[in-house]
Amino acid sequence: MNVELKDIHKTYGAVHANRNISMMIPAGTIQGILGENGAGKSTLMKILSGFIRPDQGEILLDGHTVSIHSPADAIRQGVGMLHQDPLDFPPLRIIENFTLGSAGGLLPDQGAVLRDFNKLSGQFGFTLDPEAYVDSLTVGERQQLEILRLIWLGARVMIFDEPTTGISAAQKVKLFAALHLLAEQGKTVLFVSHKLEDVEGLCSRVAVLRDGSLVGEAKQPYSTKKLVEMMFGKTISVGERNPCGAKDVTVSLSKLSVEDYRLNVRDVNLEVHCGEVIGLAGMEGSGQGLFLRAAGGMIRSVGGKILIDGRDLTGQSYQVFKKHGVAFLPAARLEEGLVPGLNLTEHFILAEEAKGFFINWDKGRLLAQERIKAFDVRGTPANTVESLSGGNQQRALLALLRDPLNLLLLEHPTRGLDIESVIYIWNKLKERCQKGTSILFISSDLEEILQYSDRVLVFFSGKVTSPLEASTLTTEKLGELIGGKGWPESTDEGKVA
Amino acid sequence: MNSSSVLLGLAGVLYGAAPIMFAVIGETITERAGIINLSMNGTILLSAMGGFAAAVGTGSIVLGFLAGALIGALVALVVAFSSITLKQSQVAVGFVLALLCRDLSYFLGHPFISKAGPRLNIIPIPYLSGIPILGTLFFKQDMMTYLSIIIIFLVWFWIFRTRPGLMLRGIGERPAAAYVRGANVNRLRYLYTIIGGAVAGLAGPTFSLSVKAGWAASLSGLDGYGWIALSITIFGGWNPFRAALGVYLFSFLQWLGLVLQPFLPSIPTQVLQVAPFPLMILTLLLVNISDAEWVERILAAMPEKARRWMMKVLRALRASPPAGLGVPFESE
Amino acid sequence: MKITRWRIFGFQIGAVILALLFTTGVLLIAGAPPLQAYLYVIKGALSSITNISNVLSAWAPLLLTTSGVLITFAAGLWNIGIEGQIMMGAIFTTGALRLLLNSTVPSGWILVIGFLAGMVGGAIWAALAGVLKTFGGVNEIFGGLGLNFVATAFALYLIIGPWKRPGIASTSGTLMFPRKLWLPTLPKIQFSVWALGLGILVVILVYFLLRGTHFGLRLKAVGKNAKAALLMGVPTWQYSMFAFLLCGLFAGLAGAIQVTSVYHRLTPAISSGYGFLGLMVAMLINYQAIWAAPVALFFAALNIGGIQLPIMLKLDSSLSGVLQGILVLFILMVEGARQRLFRER
Repeated sequence: MNVELKDIHKTYGAVHANRNISMMIPAGTIQGILGENGAGKSTLMKILSGFIRPDQGEILLDGHTVSIHSPADAIRQGVGMLHQDPLDFPPLRIIENFTLGSAGGLLPDQGAVLRDFNKLSGQFGFTLDPEAYVDSLTVGERQQLEILRLIWLGARVMIFDEPTTGISAAQKVKLFAALHLLAEQGKTVLFVSHKLEDVEGLCSRVAVLRDGSLVGEAKQPYSTKKLVEMMFGKTISVGERNPCGAKDVTVSLSKLSVEDYRLNVRDVNLEVHCGEVIGLAGMEGSGQGLFLRAAGGMIRSVGGKILIDGRDLTGQSYQVFKKHGVAFLPAARLEEGLVPGLNLTEHFILAEEAKGFFINWDKGRLLAQERIKAFDVRGTPANTVESLSGGNQQRALLALLRDPLNLLLLEHPTRGLDIESVIYIWNKLKERCQKGTSILFISSDLEEILQYSDRVLVFFSGKVTSPLEASTLTTEKLGELIGGKGWPESTDEGKVA
Repeated sequence: MNSSSVLLGLAGVLYGAAPIMFAVIGETITERAGIINLSMNGTILLSAMGGFAAAVGTGSIVLGFLAGALIGALVALVVAFSSITLKQSQVAVGFVLALLCRDLSYFLGHPFISKAGPRLNIIPIPYLSGIPILGTLFFKQDMMTYLSIIIIFLVWFWIFRTRPGLMLRGIGERPAAAYVRGANVNRLRYLYTIIGGAVAGLAGPTFSLSVKAGWAASLSGLDGYGWIALSITIFGGWNPFRAALGVYLFSFLQWLGLVLQPFLPSIPTQVLQVAPFPLMILTLLLVNISDAEWVERILAAMPEKARRWMMKVLRALRASPPAGLGVPFESE
Repeated sequence: MKITRWRIFGFQIGAVILALLFTTGVLLIAGAPPLQAYLYVIKGALSSITNISNVLSAWAPLLLTTSGVLITFAAGLWNIGIEGQIMMGAIFTTGALRLLLNSTVPSGWILVIGFLAGMVGGAIWAALAGVLKTFGGVNEIFGGLGLNFVATAFALYLIIGPWKRPGIASTSGTLMFPRKLWLPTLPKIQFSVWALGLGILVVILVYFLLRGTHFGLRLKAVGKNAKAALLMGVPTWQYSMFAFLLCGLFAGLAGAIQVTSVYHRLTPAISSGYGFLGLMVAMLINYQAIWAAPVALFFAALNIGGIQLPIMLKLDSSLSGVLQGILVLFILMVEGARQRLFRER
């Protein structure tokens, strides 16, 4: 089925997620969609798959303009999407997952469904046991199930959102074979990914999104350099960098290993000096989130040691880390960092060491006013935190931190903020560095990583580079590493299969 | 104690379990869709009173049962409306309704206290009731006891063997995934909450028109059964067969208490009647223990092989609620 | 901001009116004269010194349970087990009193020890619910429910067993305590200033605790966003446990009052539903401690006033419960309607 997108626009408040996107994808193609976090890929795919409606623009399938009201409507019209975390039902069996949602009478015809399942499964070379429970499957197997299901329901356009995250190399081979087969059958495959090697090897055409617009298209053979340039923009000239003068080692991580059900980060070695800033780069879900939280004692590592200021804090709770001068700032400001319903004064009082039994409200308000002024938070002490804008919430979070700190762990510190807030916040952070605080921060913004880090760790599918000097890192190289290319040896990707 | 009286006694267990069965099966349906109907205690009392009043007023025992089901459905509608459309806490609304409906039943039922009402008759099934042992147990019961057994199978079949039942499981487990597959999650939640409420609404009249005929308000001993039914629903793992096991176990323990009474004069009946409860708490403990943080800590410290094995064991014990239980659903 | 305040208030008035309409409807269905019924309830609460003192007697335990429940609600917990905690408090108090009944300890001190024992009993029972939740993952609603039943069973066992009246065991309760162990009341009226004083003291204490102490603020943080509270250094599970303990203390006090001042013995229904009623009051006042005292007084008055209904109009006294329940229900629903209509959610 031919897919055409015409002038698709979508705005979320002040954010123009998709600007005037027009694309033509012929049937039987594997189309790659490249772009960094926030480029607008997922918005576009959500529109195509029926999750959201565009503000403007048209979708044409096989030349006919269509209106897609919901995901279920989309599959009826032949468009199916495979999510990064497949939307399946873990406690149910494969065959039940397969049947759920299909049309038909009161009693599903078990025999017929099983036959169809086995036939399709055989076609693609998948080995799935229909009686197995989905929560016992690996991500790769869940994907296979979903592919079969969508085909069975008549999908002729299939969107794959970051499908190679968290699957084994063997499963990737099977997946790619399946995608080729789909294309041969005349179906249209959209392959959304940030992994350059996968896209280059699999797709016959590539479209690159950046900042909501379609910035370029390419056909095989590809020039990685060009692709990276399109994805991340021209080489960024980084402004003046002022390193903090590293000396003593305050944080020492040796052979740190963390895992969750999808990713495996193994044996990271890092020594952070006093006042140093370490940037953690990589696409979301590459392992940097896990690593950051483990470094702060928020999740338990499965191996390795963490030394803060010489003390071995491995295995201890966050409260202990906190006592030793570690602080963690989550990306989900309102869900994890602030307490909705309480105002700024109350937050500041909470953040301080409680002196005495009774709260001295006057002192608290004064403290709040002081901090608000010091961090230029647009709000009054009596404002509840949920009434503040994102930028001000982040400033508030910073203002709540204790002083001095050994280690500050920041999860996307400037995500969604205006440029003014970004500069302001980094100034404040640099001030802390001067006082000796080390910083580990995650960011999807290459410019931010290069501008503010002393050294950089790049994460890809659970693999971690050794610390790289930021001053010698180019945008191009960084982009490549984030896309999975240019890594030393190609060992098996860090995964849980 | 001779064998025939034991047999009659055991038949009594089935008979006495019938009301709670309706409540538990009804709540299982509701919770499978992802809604908690905490009003159960009040619903049982109100539908018992209402069913009795309707039966006495119209002389028709069938209308009595229908009235009970209607009341159950109406209360469930209030719960559904408040939690799905008005997005208020299911626990809060359910709890208030539990108390409100109880007091309503006492107030409106006042004039019916000393009245005599129709009572269900035993309908022995021809031929089958002649079978030794099984005949007395299963085929010499009244209509509602038969229905209470049939409904276990019916609901099990619906949930686990039909297409719409599969969707029901989907909605409870992962509403987002069900939505993607075309389910109108909120509409279906309304539907199943009301149906579940209607089934639960049969519990009350089964008491007041059969097991404990008449309406005795606060002396009827009905107060409290709703809470027990809610606990058994959890114990039952949201599966009608396992739930039925829990109901019969509870009823059996109660019956056992009565039987042992003459041998244990120092312990009052009421104590033996509530003895199943600590057992219930214990099972709730085992059922949820894998979630606890300290357990996670111990697990993380174990060597890999042992850890994987332990997790398997804990998983088997688990009675996981439908993952979407109690959580409101937004389609955006 | 201002508009919202008035709007909220307006909707709440609407809820009250709806509640009255509903109750009137219920009265009409029961074939009773609504206006007369309301008048009798009001009279039953206010018309005589005896009535007023009964209301005040009922107010005291309700103040205690409401205060306790405000603490657990602040921590984000549904302490449905409060009825059992009252019961345990009553049991412990009775036990202490029985123990010291024939000793040489002056009766004033016996009462004090009895009260302390009651607090301990309630606190232990609440701690059990807390432990089940924090370490066993058992939802506090079901843990609490189960423990309620166990407490009642335990009380029954004691009343008919080891603590039974000499002669015939009766479920109406244990043998009454001698006058010297009755909480002193004012002459001619049945109500104890001590009990009321305790209630008022506790409600003021809780008000200041929640509003003006670090503990209260941290508790609220735990209740509203446990993750953020943890990041800010609050040991969440400890605070949850402490909330349970405090509530249990107050519930136990309520039980002690019931034993020493109202029933003067242990009965199977000694908690009298004050626990659940406290939960309702807390919901109605939207967890703002400042309204606890007046609303609790109103509910207590409804309870006492309702006693007139069987006598005067041959109606069941649970009409009070109906009005209380429907009020809370409508307040909840109206709040949801307002949020939806004005797109706050």
